[in-house]
Order: sequence, then C-alpha cells, then structure tokens
Amino acid sequence: MASVTMKVNGKSVSKDVEGRTLLVDFLRNDLRLTGTHVGCDTSQCGACVVHVNGQAVKACAIFAVEVDGAEVATIEGQANADGSLNVIQQAFQDHHGLQCGFCTPGMVMSAAALLKENPKPSEAEVRSYLEGNICRCTGYHNIVKAIMAASGQDVAAIAAE
Amino acid sequence: MPKDHGIGASDKRREDVRFLTGAGHYTDDIKHYGATTAVFCRSTVAHGVIKSIDTSEAEGMPGVLAIFTGADFADVGGNPAGWLINSRDGTPMKEPKRPVLAHGKVRHVGDAYAAVIAETELQARNAAEAIVAEIEELPAIVDMAAALAGDAFVHDEIETNQCFDWGWIEDNRAATDAAIKAAPHVTTLELVNNRLVPNAMEPRCSIGNYDAGNDSYVLQTTSQNPHLTRLLISAFVMGIPENKLTVIAPDVGGGFGSKIYHYGEEALVLAAARKIGRPVKWTADRTEAFLTDAHGRDHVTKIELACEKDGTFIAFRTETMANVGAYLSNFSTATPTFLHGTLMAGNYTVPNVYVNVKAVFTNTAPVDAYRGAGRPEATYSIERVIDKAARELGIDPIEIRRKNFVKPDQYPFTSAAGLEYDSGNYDALMDTLEKHIDRKGFEARRKESEAKGMLRGLGLNAYIEACGIAPSNLVGVLGSRVGLYDAATVRVNATGNLSVMVGAHSHGQGHETVFPQIVGEMLGIDPQSIDIVHGDTSKIPFGMGTYGSRSLAVCGSAMVRATEKIIAKAKKIAAHMLEASADDVDFKDGQFTVKGTDKSVSFGEVALKAYIPHNFPLEDIEPGLEETAFYDPANFTYPSGAYACEVEVDPDTGKVRVDRFVAVDDFGNIMNPMIVTGQVHGGLGQGIGQALLEGARYDDDGQLLSASYMDYTMPRADDLPFYTVDHANGTPCTHNPLGVKGCGEAGAIGSPPTIVNAVVDALQSAGKNVTHIDMPLTPLRVWDAMQNA
Repeated sequence: MASVTMKVNGKSVSKDVEGRTLLVDFLRNDLRLTGTHVGCDTSQCGACVVHVNGQAVKACAIFAVEVDGAEVATIEGQANADGSLNVIQQAFQDHHGLQCGFCTPGMVMSAAALLKENPKPSEAEVRSYLEGNICRCTGYHNIVKAIMAASGQDVAAIAAE
Repeated sequence: MPKDHGIGASDKRREDVRFLTGAGHYTDDIKHYGATTAVFCRSTVAHGVIKSIDTSEAEGMPGVLAIFTGADFADVGGNPAGWLINSRDGTPMKEPKRPVLAHGKVRHVGDAYAAVIAETELQARNAAEAIVAEIEELPAIVDMAAALAGDAFVHDEIETNQCFDWGWIEDNRAATDAAIKAAPHVTTLELVNNRLVPNAMEPRCSIGNYDAGNDSYVLQTTSQNPHLTRLLISAFVMGIPENKLTVIAPDVGGGFGSKIYHYGEEALVLAAARKIGRPVKWTADRTEAFLTDAHGRDHVTKIELACEKDGTFIAFRTETMANVGAYLSNFSTATPTFLHGTLMAGNYTVPNVYVNVKAVFTNTAPVDAYRGAGRPEATYSIERVIDKAARELGIDPIEIRRKNFVKPDQYPFTSAAGLEYDSGNYDALMDTLEKHIDRKGFEARRKESEAKGMLRGLGLNAYIEACGIAPSNLVGVLGSRVGLYDAATVRVNATGNLSVMVGAHSHGQGHETVFPQIVGEMLGIDPQSIDIVHGDTSKIPFGMGTYGSRSLAVCGSAMVRATEKIIAKAKKIAAHMLEASADDVDFKDGQFTVKGTDKSVSFGEVALKAYIPHNFPLEDIEPGLEETAFYDPANFTYPSGAYACEVEVDPDTGKVRVDRFVAVDDFGNIMNPMIVTGQVHGGLGQGIGQALLEGARYDDDGQLLSASYMDYTMPRADDLPFYTVDHANGTPCTHNPLGVKGCGEAGAIGSPPTIVNAVVDALQSAGKNVTHIDMPLTPLRVWDAMQNA
C-alpha cells in the first residue's frame, strides 16, 4: 500500500491505496466520485477523462500514486459555485449534446481542456480534438455544436434544432 | 411556428442536469454493503468439448466465496427465443438450449463455463485464472455456407446448423418466380450486410441481491426492459416466482438493442447472491462486451429486382443467410424474418415479393436485434438493387423510385410482403429532399472536387420501416411468444403533482422530459410537476420496455389513455364539487368549469378533494386519483424517409469522406423536435459507421479479431459531418392517439445504402464499372474495387 494525497475538486484527500490502483478506480471506489466512467479499459473511449493539474488525462491510464500531490478535477466539480451548470455543461443541455449520458462527463472534461488551449475552435478543430472521446448516441453533431456554442460562437447556422 | 411549451416544443431535457454533473446512477455506480464480485471464465476457443473443469486450487484462494460451473445449472431452464419460426416445410425451428453457463461444450470465444465469486475483483480474477479447464478443441464453424454444407454441428443434438428455412410469403413463391422469369429486365445483386457490435458506451453490469427473510431477489441490471428480463428469469431460466423477483434498470448508458436480452450473467449473480447471502456484482470489461453482447446484422444476401424497361417494378426475390451465432438470443429469430422479410416491398407498389431466409448456427457470439433490427437489412438490399437497376436501365435514381412509390391516395396500402401501411407520402418526402440537396449544383460541385483530384458521388435512398412493435394479435399469429403492448399508471398525488409509472425504459431517449410534456398539456399543468418513474418492476406496471422505436407509439399511447381516465374521473369529482352533472363540466387548461357559467375548480383542487374525500359521494366515486392503462396497438407504425448524401473519394487511397448528409423523415406528429432530431443524428452516426468503418471480424478459427476499440473502428467525431435533418411534414399515424410513428432507428436504416450508392456513383463518374462494394467501405476495399474495375 502507498499513501497518496491530492486535491480533488478543491478538497484535499489522503488515502492508502495499492500501487496498482488506477486513478479512475480511486475516484470511483475510494472517493465515491462515480461521475467518471469506465467505458473501454484501453484508453480509447474517453469516458474517464479528468483534469490533472489542468491537463486532460484518461483516468484509466494512470495510477493513483502517479498523481500524488496533484490537483485533480472531475465532472462533479465543474458546476458553478451556486450549483448551476457551467458554460460548457449548459451548452450541452441547450444543444442536446448528450443522450444516455455515459460518455458525457469525459466529453465535458475534454471540451473544457480544448477551450482552455483554443478558446474559439473551428468545427474541424473540435472534431479533431475529440478523437479520444467516443459517443455512440449523438452522432457527434450536437456535441460539436455545443462546444462551439460554449466558446461563444454563433451556431444558429448549424442545422435546425 | 414551433411551440414554446407542451406537445411539439423543444423542451430541454431535465435528465441532462444529473448526467452533466456526474450525479447519474448507472448500475456500476451502485455500491451495496458487503458487496462481492463475480468474474467469469470464458472460452478462448470457438468450439470445444469440456472434458473437465478443475476448481480445487481456486477454491482455496484468498477471498474466494463460491465457484460455479455449468454443472450447477444443468437442471435449470434455458434462455429461450421469444419467437417461434416455422420452416417452409411447416416444421418448427431448431431450438437448442442456451444454458446459464456452458455445459458439455463451449460454442464461441467468450462463452462462459465457470464463474468465481470473491471478496474483491482482484481476488476473483486471480482465482478465475487458477481454474483449469480441459477443453478439447473442435474445428470452428464460422462461415455460414460451410456451416450449412458441413457435417459438424454447433449443437450436436439437432444434427444440423440450420435453425430454420423460412419463406415469406410462401404462397407467393411460384408467382414471384414466374414473374421474374418473364420479366424484360432483371437486376441481380449479391451483398453482405456486415456484422456489427452495438457498443453501448456503458458495458453490461448486473448486481444480484437475495433477502433470506422474504426469500426474494433484486436484480439491478443494464436492461432496456426490466419486466421482460424478469419474465424470462422467472418463467424460463430460474423459476423464481415473479412476485419474489424485482428487476431494476437504473440509468442505462445506451442499449441499441444489446440490452434487450436476458444474459446468463444476470442469472448467475442471482444464484450466487442466494448461495453466499451477499450482494454479487459483475461488470463487463469492453472486451467481454465485444465477445458476449449480442451482435447485429450479419446477412449474406442475393436479391433480384425484375422490372419493365421503363423501370416499373415487377418483383423482388431475396435469398438470405442470417447468422444467429452460437445460441438463439431472445429476438434473434424474429429479426431476420418478421422484422426483415415483411419489409421487402419497401416503399413500392411492386406486386410480387418473395423472401427466403435460412438462419444458421455458427461458433460466434449470438446475433440479435441491433438498432433497426432487420429493417436496415431489408432497406439496404432493396435500395442497393434499385440503384443498380436504375443505372442499368439509364433511369434517374429519383425517378425510378418515384415511379414505383405507393401514392398518397392508396392508403391503407397492403404491400406485397403482407403489411398494411396506414399512412405516408413518399413523393412529398422526396420533394423536400430535392429542395435540400441542390441537385442542380451537383455537377459544379463534382467539377470542383475533380479539380482537387477527388471524385464526388451523390447517393439517394428511400426507406420504410415497421415500428411501434407490435400488435399482439398480429405477432401472435406470426409466432411471437409474448404480447407487445405497453402500460402506464398516472398517479395524481394529493398536492396536485404527478408520478407517471411507465413500462418503457429511457436510456438516452429523453422520456423523463417528453412524457411530462404530453401529460402536462393534456391536464393543463406545468410539466415540471410531473415525474416519470421507469425501470423498476416493483414500481411500474407490466410493460415490455424500449426497443423497435416503440416507447412513444405504444407506451406513450398507454399513458394518454391513462390520462384520459384521470380526466374522466376528475370530471366526476369536479362535478360533485361544483354541484353539477359531469356531462355539464368542461375541462380546459387545467380548469373544470360548469358549461355556461363561471363556476370552476382547478385540477389541483380536484386532486386534493380526491384524497381528502370529506362529503364525498362514495357510492359513485372511489377516493384517490390514479389510473392505469394498457395499450396494444392496432398495427405497426410506418415511419418513412428520403435520404441523400454526397461523398468525396480519394482515388489514390480509396478514402471516403462524407461531405454532406440530408435526412428527410416522416415520423408522424412530433412531440419534441430537438429530441427527435437527436435520435436521427445518432442513427446516422451508426449507419454511416456501418457503411464506412465498422465490422466484427472472426478468423477461420472463430477468434474475434475486432474485440477492442483498438481494432473495431467506432465512428469518431472527425469521421462524421454535420447533418441536415427535416421531419417537419409528417403524416400522422392513423391508429394511435398521438399520431406518432417512432424515430429511434430511422437514421441507422436509411443511411447505409445512401452512402454506398454515393460511393458507387463517385467511382462510376471516373469511368470505373464498379456496381457494388461490400460494407464497410474501407479505403482498401474502395481502392481494390477501383483497381479491379
């Protein structure tokens, strides 16, 4: 067992974990933050994307002990301080960017990372950035639209509804 | 003008808030006190005889609580097929038993033959690896034609690999043969409808709980239809009385068909929970999902279209081999037959249709309904052969379709494949499509592509599907072993808010938002005061769940009927309160008013009165305000559409890019346009995925080569375009109260032939005589086709 300390969504946590414990299992099982999902085990689907020190990371592909001392952000910490949806979350709801919701936490976390490094991405840039996030429900149309809308771009011209 | 609330408004989804904040409750998110983990031992060979299973070492390993093998379930029932198909000679289909765990033989890679229950997942995995199974490998039966011709069998006891040899409609066979023989032109096409893996993003997961005090069970599981799962476990597999088994499907992360079916893992966690007296959870990893979720499609087909020289259709004749895999999954026999053969007249007035389907057992995962389920296979065959015929006859692809469309004045129209289409207007859909696609500008766009060294193709398609499954009377005649009604209970609470319990299950479809829009409008109250309850057999009436684009058309109809009963009873209560006759009471916008007066009471006041029945005419009216309705549809619904796309093909690499895609659909009346559009988007993503990217591949040894996202090409954001979707001018369904038809599968049905038609058109524009390429149209396949043309 190894001791890990990290700040998760602004709160400091310390736990003893087995060295083999993946960050995603640490979040889901030890901290009960079940919003981060496991969809594939091979770091392809992106349902487990979280931020580690501000960088988007697939939590199924990193050990908990590797993020000792880091700041981790998960979907549970994304809403505004008053509990309302943040700009990206709100855009996903406004533009129907989710259906079953399973890939959604990873999509939102990836979108946040994208907009941090590229505040006004083009359609092609959004699509390219999402290559590590798989959605089976939406055909991506409304996810791309939501992310562009969240960046402040006018998406009214992108098809109806 | 779009409405801003109620029926027809694009209300934002209320379920989104929990999904966007990580507050959803998927099955694997649920933790029970004292929970244990199940891990399965799965066959690494496709076909073999289980000589022995030695569990002795594993039994003594740390944390191990129980071990099961097939022998433990040898005396319990099998997981049945829900539909009895008779062969052309009248004999019933072959139905080998599908056990909870493989016993005697393993029949596909991933077939589970043992399970370990341990304190932790790691302990269970370690113990599973210590179980020694001696399995004598047999040659794998993978190819369908070889399976039918060979003398080795997946199931030795049935002495054949043919499940059935079905003809539809058998009495039309001779006439169809004669019509084709006499026809001036016959176009023939051999094609493969590629095998797919549904790939809901949430892997399957099941938790079994046993309460010794009540001798009762709770199964929490990733299901599209908890009552159906309970019925299968109770009546067929385990014999647990239905009143002693609760099945709960909480938030479910997509289904697309794969979570309709009852799987052996669900029975195992229940049996294990009883044996050890603790909760038992199993969660699939993605490779397990690839190996064991029911796959989709996998047809090998020869279709012939006979027509006059002017393009008038005379006959469709189809011969199909349909892979059912190693065991019959619950809908596997209905999918290639009554969900496929009955649609083989398409949108057309063609007088002769005959379909022959041979279902074949192979040493591969079971194959069953996947988004569209039989209808994508029908549409693909029909619309590809029409395109080929149009090219051979030199007729425009839109004109040949229009020439043969059922016309608006022909409804109800009985197709040559035996279904009665109630409504539609295929020419109007094509008119709308033509407005969207700027066909006149196509040649200029083609020239622009050519200037860049690319080829451009235009693909067109029309489809019809049968949804809202299904009228029990009809499907009963056709072999269904269940009824396919649905049910809803509307409970008005004393304080005026509502709980609506429905048999449909929402796993992405947005029922929690749309259903209250409908009930709210009917009752003239705020939809936010209405909550939908679904997915828990202890709370909801017996409904059949969500698949086949049925939730709104069938369960929504039940909900409307239950709400009508609420209004009728509330009127009586209001009449009593207003000292009037119920016949003299009008109900509008949430107010009950005595005709011709200003005397009125609100819906909320009536609700309160129903539960505080002081001075109540108990001889005439019971207290309370709660009503249930079951709804069994009179017919299928018939959504239809016209689709078009343009693709660019790189002749140097064979790479296809979808430049634009237009989907025009008739879904009848629309309850929430935003959600309907989203359903079409999702279907298009899967259909384009089938056409260009996806394919489940087994090698000759029955090893699944595409068993992870490293190997199976899921559509990603940069593979797909923005879509244009138009469903504004539907023709209402004539036989359900909302006039709705269902929208969940259309995109996956209409898009594969549209894409392939477009690619063929692109290659033809370069003078390549390519008439067909089998899906998925990978760069290699397209490039090969060009080299060989």
